Amino acid sequence: MIEVDVESLGVRALNERLHRLPRDTNERLWKITNPKGAHALAAGLDRPLSIEIEGHVGYYCGGMNKQAEITINGHAGPGLAENIMSGVVRVKGNASQSAAASGRGGLVVIGGDASSRCGISMKGVDIVVGGSVGHMSAFMAQAGHLVVCGNAGAHLGDSIYEAVIYVGGEVESLGSDCIEKPMTDEHRSKLEQLLASAGLRVQAARFRRFGSARRLYNFKVDHAAQY
Amino acid sequence: MCGIVGLFLKNSALESSLGRHLSAMLSALSDRGPDSAGFAIYRNPAPRGSIKVTLFHPDPDFGWDRLMREMSEEIGTKVRGEARGSHLLLTAAMPVETARHWLAHHRPEVRIMGVGDCIELYKEKGNPKEVVRRFGLEELAGSHALGHTRMATESAVTTQHSHPFSTGLDLCLVHNGSLSNHNRMRRWLSRHGIEFQTDNDTEVAAGYFTHLLGEGATLEEALKSGISDLDGFYTFAIGTKDGFAVVRDPIACKPAVLAETDDWVAMASEYRAIAHLPGADQSRIWEPSPATVYSWQKH
Amino acid sequence: MPRSTKAKPTAPATAANPAGHREHASFPPVVIAEIQRAAREGIYDIRGLGAKRRLPSFDDLIFLGASISRYPLEGYREKCATNVTIGARFAKKPIELKIPITIAGMSFGSLSANAKEALGRAASEMGTSTTTGDGGMTQEERRASKILVYQVLPSRYGHDPDHMRSCEAIEVVVGQGAKPGGGGMLLGLKVTERVAGMRTLPVGIDQRSACRHPDWTGPDDLEIKIAELREVTDWEKPIYVKVGATRVKYDVALAVKAGADAVVVDGMQGGTGATQDVFIEHVGIPTLPAVRQAAEALQELDMHRKVQLIVSGGIRNGADVAKALALGADAVSIGTAALMALNCNAPLFLEDYAKLGTAPGYCHHCQTGRCPVGVTTQDPELEARLDPELAAHRVRNYLATMVLEAQTLARACGKSHLHNLEPEDLAALTIEAAAMAKVPLAGTDWIPGRGGE
Repeated sequence: MIEVDVESLGVRALNERLHRLPRDTNERLWKITNPKGAHALAAGLDRPLSIEIEGHVGYYCGGMNKQAEITINGHAGPGLAENIMSGVVRVKGNASQSAAASGRGGLVVIGGDASSRCGISMKGVDIVVGGSVGHMSAFMAQAGHLVVCGNAGAHLGDSIYEAVIYVGGEVESLGSDCIEKPMTDEHRSKLEQLLASAGLRVQAARFRRFGSARRLYNFKVDHAAQY
Repeated sequence: MCGIVGLFLKNSALESSLGRHLSAMLSALSDRGPDSAGFAIYRNPAPRGSIKVTLFHPDPDFGWDRLMREMSEEIGTKVRGEARGSHLLLTAAMPVETARHWLAHHRPEVRIMGVGDCIELYKEKGNPKEVVRRFGLEELAGSHALGHTRMATESAVTTQHSHPFSTGLDLCLVHNGSLSNHNRMRRWLSRHGIEFQTDNDTEVAAGYFTHLLGEGATLEEALKSGISDLDGFYTFAIGTKDGFAVVRDPIACKPAVLAETDDWVAMASEYRAIAHLPGADQSRIWEPSPATVYSWQKH
Repeated sequence: MPRSTKAKPTAPATAANPAGHREHASFPPVVIAEIQRAAREGIYDIRGLGAKRRLPSFDDLIFLGASISRYPLEGYREKCATNVTIGARFAKKPIELKIPITIAGMSFGSLSANAKEALGRAASEMGTSTTTGDGGMTQEERRASKILVYQVLPSRYGHDPDHMRSCEAIEVVVGQGAKPGGGGMLLGLKVTERVAGMRTLPVGIDQRSACRHPDWTGPDDLEIKIAELREVTDWEKPIYVKVGATRVKYDVALAVKAGADAVVVDGMQGGTGATQDVFIEHVGIPTLPAVRQAAEALQELDMHRKVQLIVSGGIRNGADVAKALALGADAVSIGTAALMALNCNAPLFLEDYAKLGTAPGYCHHCQTGRCPVGVTTQDPELEARLDPELAAHRVRNYLATMVLEAQTLARACGKSHLHNLEPEDLAALTIEAAAMAKVPLAGTDWIPGRGGE
């Protein structure tokens, strides 16, 4: 386990060090202390590392992550794991706006709440939220899964493409072209898998599924009001 | 675009370190607001019958002593002042209108930054870390304070354009974001008696709230009206004699973090600014919902 | 005798109006046709390219060549250098361009793979850069282009950190000249399997796009985003910020404050593969005033030449290049013009233009995906009409010609480097151009609007 005080080393030096590790490195376990809300911590990683961050992080922690497993023992600022390609990013506390924005793969787990725009523009990432999500979550969500154990704020899934949303609690309102869809065995099984991968012991039974009505896929005057 | 911060102390034992904490909060947000900085601090209530006025003049050799002497002689009551950088905190034993009238007549070149029983308002061009040092913020004590670091979007970088903007007695406003209908709003407010000194969008919001409060609205009502009347992206923090309020526009793209412990409530554009406050690690941290008014008052 | 009810011609006959009917300036035939199209279809008209209406432009400026007070340089023997360095402000590896003309961002999806490859090859031969687009990077483009700029757009279609790291620079796109405030658009016919796969979209849908970035809004948060991009790429690459020209002075200043190495300003003549006609024609300012405002914003911050200014939007020839540089740009970027060098609007395959309801010289139907010359199509049969090698040769020739033209004008003004051109080398032919470029009306000292300074 390599321990780094990022307050003294600096984000840039730490990131460079993590980027430069050899592809077959055996320096795989890292603990980062004193993040104090710093931005872009552990961004752009591309190694099978296991990183624990002790404290709260700022914007874009784990941005564009590949392969690494990052755990934040605190809260995260906006853009957590934005454009994640693979690997896992976990935050024990809350995540601010645009968590996992445009994520293309991998898994993002938020223990507490996510604020607005959780999963905005998602392109294949799986996001599991133990608490609730704020307004405009899954806006223009193209692919992947968003699991919300708590409630979802207004305009959920506005302009959604093919991403699938599961919500355990209440949904304040649905966005353009987002509708409730029946839960089949296949979906329940996928949901259970996602909850398990997030390490959450939550019953899949009470969840509802939401997805695209696909009425906006081709410009039609009759749907002009939806635009 | 900018950084905004607010700190409200629930535990009065921390009052002596208010300035130190606010100073660190502003420094943390100097990257997102390098052009200018300002703060409003609520402290040392004026004695009954007196008013506190924060004044500004760019000339470092400005005759503040002469101003105070002349004012005191002409009105016939006590006037004292405390200089801080390019500003002077005047405490005058007279009604507020008397003070305003005298200043407008005898020193029209002096800018009034803030007026009230408790408020002191200091702001200037320059890097926030510098500005804070020039005003000696670190040594100031008080019950609550708001601050701002500025990255000018559409209006000039001058002292007048800096935030906070004072909207009325013991009131002030800081803003992160960019309004989109402030020009027509400014013209309407001007016709209804509000005077503007700049082309700044935040000044319009400040004028809007002053107008509504002047018409008898409560702070909550004024802020709620603002949500529908003011268009654009904004996180507003408003300072009052007894506390502060925070509100975000309905789309809520601009950041806002709130944190609370038994000892304080803090607000900032980035968590980084709150991180060093005593007990921050264990504080309750959350984000204000869009189009919702949050407020805290002294009891 | 009853009066004849037949209307008499009230105007002289012209080729367009042989019967001499009285014209209606507010409702000419083209406007009536558009109203009736809207009445039929119930949706806005979508098309490609940029503003088609006449605008104040570089054509309204001329150079004051050498005479007695100034001395020209001899061609060939006396050097007129053309190189430019981009990104020395923060990047570890700034970009060296041999010519101050780059190829602007145009997506694979909007353009065919052959078109992207041809542009890459031509740029590489001339020592300049191409730019990816709203859809991500293709391997063909990476291979063909020696210097590749990677765009980061609101949609983040195909955004890949490995691709970004493999490129030489990064361009954060806030907006483009054709539609400042709007997002990308690609209609169903062009969303083929390959394009859809890159963008993670269902095949054949009309792509809806975001107009704001998903994870930041405003220059204060842009600063943090730029810092993240630097972290992901270990501070190696220059980062450009691109805006459509609207409030240029503010936007350029903010891009500098947010930490950009270079600013790209795209005037309203800038093209697009597809967007609403009303957006193209009615939003944004022309390139002419945009250049000068951008340069002034940089000068006021003492950042001129420290943060590079790249200007685009209707750059067509070496005269445009030289004029943009004289007004303060470090380089220009071409989009529409590059496509035309490829064959856009060339008089070939005339029946296919006719099928689209247009003709060479008038076509703007990129959005249909039925480009008769294979440039803006995903149809393999049409794409085959564009041979990448021959097309690359054409673009290379065109770039070389523009550089020679710019050098000719610069030498005539006594400059040994294109960057030494300055506004005082210019005069304006119209009052609008004089006011917009802040250059005197030819034969006078008058710059409108500068009076009361």
